[in-house]
Amino acid sequence: MEIRIANVRKEFERYPALHGVSLDIRSGELIALLGPSGSGKTTLLRLIAGLEHPSAGTIYFGNEDASQKSVQERNVGFVFQHYALFKHLRVADNIGFGLKVRPRKDRPSRAEIRRRSSELLDLVQLSGLERRFPAQLSGGQRQRVALARALAIEPRVLLLDEPFGALDAQVRRDLRRWLRELHDKIGHTTVFVTHDQEEAMELADRVVVMSQGRIEQVGTPDEVYDQPSSPFVFAFIGESSELPVTICRGQVWLDDRPLSIPADGVPDGPARLFLRPQDVAVVDESAGAIAGVVTATHRNGGLRRFDLAIGGAHHRVEIALPAADSRDVSGRIAVLPRRWRLYPAGERYTKT
Amino acid sequence: MAVDALQSATVHAPAAQGPAATGETAVVRIALIVVALLFFALFVFLPLVVVFLEAFQTGLQGFIAAITNPDALSAIRLTLIVAAISVLANLVFGVAAAWAIAKFEFRGKSFLVTLVDLPFSVSPVIAGLVYVLLFGAQGYFGPWLKEHGIAIIFALPGIVLATIFVTFPFVARELIPLMQEQGTGDEEAALSLGASGFKTFLFVTLPNVKWALLYGVLLCNARAMGEFGAVAVVSGKIRGQTNTMPLQVEILYNEYAFTAAFAVASLLALLALVTLALKTLLEWRFGDDIAAANGH
Repeated sequence: MEIRIANVRKEFERYPALHGVSLDIRSGELIALLGPSGSGKTTLLRLIAGLEHPSAGTIYFGNEDASQKSVQERNVGFVFQHYALFKHLRVADNIGFGLKVRPRKDRPSRAEIRRRSSELLDLVQLSGLERRFPAQLSGGQRQRVALARALAIEPRVLLLDEPFGALDAQVRRDLRRWLRELHDKIGHTTVFVTHDQEEAMELADRVVVMSQGRIEQVGTPDEVYDQPSSPFVFAFIGESSELPVTICRGQVWLDDRPLSIPADGVPDGPARLFLRPQDVAVVDESAGAIAGVVTATHRNGGLRRFDLAIGGAHHRVEIALPAADSRDVSGRIAVLPRRWRLYPAGERYTKT
Repeated sequence: MAVDALQSATVHAPAAQGPAATGETAVVRIALIVVALLFFALFVFLPLVVVFLEAFQTGLQGFIAAITNPDALSAIRLTLIVAAISVLANLVFGVAAAWAIAKFEFRGKSFLVTLVDLPFSVSPVIAGLVYVLLFGAQGYFGPWLKEHGIAIIFALPGIVLATIFVTFPFVARELIPLMQEQGTGDEEAALSLGASGFKTFLFVTLPNVKWALLYGVLLCNARAMGEFGAVAVVSGKIRGQTNTMPLQVEILYNEYAFTAAFAVASLLALLALVTLALKTLLEWRFGDDIAAANGH
């Protein structure tokens, strides 16, 4: 099922949560809505589900206008952040709930419902727990029951709100891999919300980076990491340092020193230079390089990290070098970025 | 050395003497318990015993005769009818009010919450008088009602209205905090699974609040059967017609028919005891339920 979101706006009591968002989700795709809290990602997910209605704009499921339909008619599988399992019902009845509440003419027989729910329990690898109550399950098990319950209604799309948010790290890693495999097996169009970039990057086919009610960038994990389209995306995804620079006739200046990097067509005036810690090389010649003093060093796995104070501690840059080659790096050094991005200053967002 | 030993003894003494800073001495503890027990015996237990003693003063025969008297039977019947109607009505109103307050945001919500509590703070006599003022012969709607031959004051509808007013908060107040705490997550889950609003209510909301609801109904029922003040104003105390059990007790007592008065009173007391037992049972069940829901 393709989903097309066209110019959707949402306000809560005049407080805007989404400003005119458009997004195309391809059929069978696993897509992540990634952003800090307050970025509107959960609102967008709930709008797709029909749990909220847009203040303006349209949501299409395939060719039909889904925004006219109620949540029941949309037939979506929604997995809630805290699972919202019905605590008075056993696991099997939780999973069968969506089938049991259908109008009589569409309702499968009781035996059929039981068969479906044990099939789904198999799928989520929880066979044998049919008779448990939700309170008797671990967090990871509850999350899988919630998923099975959402799948029971044969939804057209699967929507997950912070699916791993309430789990501890190890369970989270396992479930992440398991969800990816499950997605590949059943092939639903799946949208999930997360604030964890690692989760989004590892799991999703495409990542939608959101901030303050707007979509900043949509792209594959490689695209959003390697070609971030805005300062926000660069700062939000992965590690980065920022330096304020000035561009004058195509030349990039850091304070009063010229840098030997091209301006990439960024117009004259103040600009922001972003670089990632591992995308720099130490050079002997300080002309055209970023020169600074090492103020702190720490070992981090195979890398060694350095904090550099630049221009008399006005600016700080963090760099990471392979541990083996950087034993003697100390004092005053010069580094040249191998990869970087320049953005004109005055773009909407600052680093968060 | 001696000084050292003394000092260390002083330092360690409190710890050795037993439970923490809140611990009282044995004398204080015993005194408190005795005071509490005496008070309880004098003001709660003794009257209850007296009610039953008086009721059976002329033996079982006298007791049975007193409660099978036609007027007494009529009072019992009326009380049961009034309680049944007002509990049912307040079940519906209470759930509706709790639902509105707990699950929606709207202007005037805190005013509604205050309004729910109003019957607790208004004297029942006032509640009764208000209805007389509205529906009585000289009241605002009196002439119109008389024209259409509808009797409210000094009849069953008036008694029911007054009872509903007085017992309104019980169900709503039990439900509001619970439903607020539970939020709308479960309902949203049910809706997203395709359940209609009614089925969501029936299969999700209701089971989530059933113990609190039962608890509220129980308290509401006890109060509905025992209400005196508001009902006294609107009933007219017509013997065999508009006398509820509490009113009947008062009338009999005023007529020095002590055995009969206490016989009816003992039925009310019995009701109170049954309610108390059920309430304790529910609290026990309810507590378990909450523990299970929060347990991981």
